[in-house]
Amino acid sequence: MTFAAFMFWVFAITVVASGVMTISARNPVHSVMFLILAFFGAAGLFILMGAEYLAMLLLVVYIGAVAVLFLFVVMMLDVDFVEMRQGFLRYVPIGGALATVIVVELVLIVAAWTLPDDDAIARAHPVPTAAETGADPSAPNNIEALGLVLYTDYVHYFQIAGVILLVAMIGAIVLTFRTREGVRKQDPAEQVARDRATAVEMKNIRTGQGI
Amino acid sequence: MDVLGSLGVFLPELALLLGAMGLLIYGVFQETEDGDNEIVPLAAIGLLLAATALVALGGGVDAEAFAGAFRIDAFSQFSKALIFGAAAFAILMSNEERQGSGVRRFEYSILILLAAIGMALMVSANDLISLYMAIETQSLALYVLAAINRDSHRSTEAGLKYFVLGALSSGLLLYGASLIYGFTGATGFDAIAAVATGEEANPGLVVGLVFLICGLAFKVSAAPFHMWTPDVYEGAPTPVTAFFAAAPKVAAMALFARALVGAFPEAVGDWRPVIAMLAVASMAVGSFSAIVQTNVKRLLAYSSIGHMGFALVGLAAGTERGVSSVLIYMAVYIVMTIGAFSCVLLMRRQGGRTESVSDLAGLAETDKSLALILGILLFSLSGVPPTGGFFGKFFVFGAAVEAGLVWLAIIGVLMSAVAAFYYLRIVKIMWFDEAAPAFASGPGVRLGLTASLSAVIMLPGLLFLIGPLERAATSAAASLF
Repeated sequence: MTFAAFMFWVFAITVVASGVMTISARNPVHSVMFLILAFFGAAGLFILMGAEYLAMLLLVVYIGAVAVLFLFVVMMLDVDFVEMRQGFLRYVPIGGALATVIVVELVLIVAAWTLPDDDAIARAHPVPTAAETGADPSAPNNIEALGLVLYTDYVHYFQIAGVILLVAMIGAIVLTFRTREGVRKQDPAEQVARDRATAVEMKNIRTGQGI
Repeated sequence: MDVLGSLGVFLPELALLLGAMGLLIYGVFQETEDGDNEIVPLAAIGLLLAATALVALGGGVDAEAFAGAFRIDAFSQFSKALIFGAAAFAILMSNEERQGSGVRRFEYSILILLAAIGMALMVSANDLISLYMAIETQSLALYVLAAINRDSHRSTEAGLKYFVLGALSSGLLLYGASLIYGFTGATGFDAIAAVATGEEANPGLVVGLVFLICGLAFKVSAAPFHMWTPDVYEGAPTPVTAFFAAAPKVAAMALFARALVGAFPEAVGDWRPVIAMLAVASMAVGSFSAIVQTNVKRLLAYSSIGHMGFALVGLAAGTERGVSSVLIYMAVYIVMTIGAFSCVLLMRRQGGRTESVSDLAGLAETDKSLALILGILLFSLSGVPPTGGFFGKFFVFGAAVEAGLVWLAIIGVLMSAVAAFYYLRIVKIMWFDEAAPAFASGPGVRLGLTASLSAVIMLPGLLFLIGPLERAATSAAASLF
């Protein structure tokens, strides 16, 4: 077993085990922690496959942003998870039936799976070397290859993704933004424009009488 | 075709997109104290009408853009004209809404514009990736629209319910799409069609197809994926409901037709039973559940579920005639729906709106013209000849019989007889029951004109227009095959 193959098993077992723990952990914070671990394992698998850019994206975007956001939401929301589990037994029959149907479908699909020859090689060697896949060392690297298609063949999808984000932004503002009354705002121009004549008023106060 | 060349094909959507962004900036700077703004809705209507004209002028052009991800042909142009028109009417109908219900905010028109762009992308999608992204663009805008009256618990609940169930259906759709990609090795519809020849049905491909159909069935609210429809329709502000019942249905149905006929033309035997089952379930749910409804909006929600069932009968035929009958049905359906919702929007009481069927009692005595218009629309919704609704059903059932689905056509006729019961019950309530208090008057010129326009199209209009409509739908369907 080469070092790469050994690491494949380490990462693969990490992903599966932490995936199981994510859904079975009692404490939701622990669930998110295991989710982060699963992302780490997946990032390792990406590196072994030679997709280093995707691996870094997974680390930066999913762990750095998404999972941490999950963590904040889970910690801040006051959800009673014990209460949520109370309906569990009631939904076991229908949930179990659905799960059975989907598992049977998956088994049928996997049984019908025919692998082309190069995929069969990939299966025998989960971490293929460059020689095995016949990759060209002078070919563009990950990020170059993505850049070559992202702004040409995939420009349509790229722009629609932008529109989706715009809609999401408008939606968030429409649904949550409220103009608050009576907020004191600083107006630097007004502050600078004040002079002594408007800012200070002379009062002649007689002794013992007040204003 | 290079990217710049693709832009010409993409022109109506591009114009709408740039216009929506421009209006957004304008709206933010011009927003008045109460959030009311007349210019943004009017400009949005103008943009939509301009886009409709652009689409109509470019009719019959067959072109692909962005490496096959986006396709225009007579089919997409026909559907886009319907979608943009329906969106323009949705903005027009909300214009006479009272303050404070959210739909008078300028973002309302912009969200409808963005949803219309998503729908246009849906009917032009020629690839699994653009299919999914277009659906998400549309759905995200619709979720926000459902909850736009954020001070109302029911509107917020409708938005949340729609969002959660919509996310679930997107998950199903993605699961199906990934299986299809895995078993065909392609995301483009043409490439999938070349692999999915249906000779030896691969179970993986069939399962993927079924999941894809489930996801799309949710978007057209076909039973058994209809659970969200009555709640969302009831909870959302009525102008938003009118929009939901019209344009997104056309877009989702057109996408349904293109995905099935474009990507799986040889596998008709695999998807026809699924579509036929969805059609039977939707017709049954739409017909029987609507009988017990007392809320007009819920009733129209079940009615729209039933109508989707009838349209799916045409799709189940899977032939050119079938697809053209679906297009005719959808064209007739959105005109009827917009008219019916204009009437519902005119049901005003002091200090708000009433949505109860019993409030329509004796409408013929208090407001004869409204009763007449709503009566024609209800006759048309139930499919009584010689109204427009009859022609829609006629073509759909004709296509089903021609494709050998006589049993499906028979069930359809029986179900439309059941559905006629609750439509005609409202007609009876309006014309023969003891009169309820008259509706409060208010600004309603635009609503009245919209309602009477659709009633005129339904009763005498379609007798003359059905010929051109059928020709347009036939050439549109021919471009898919």
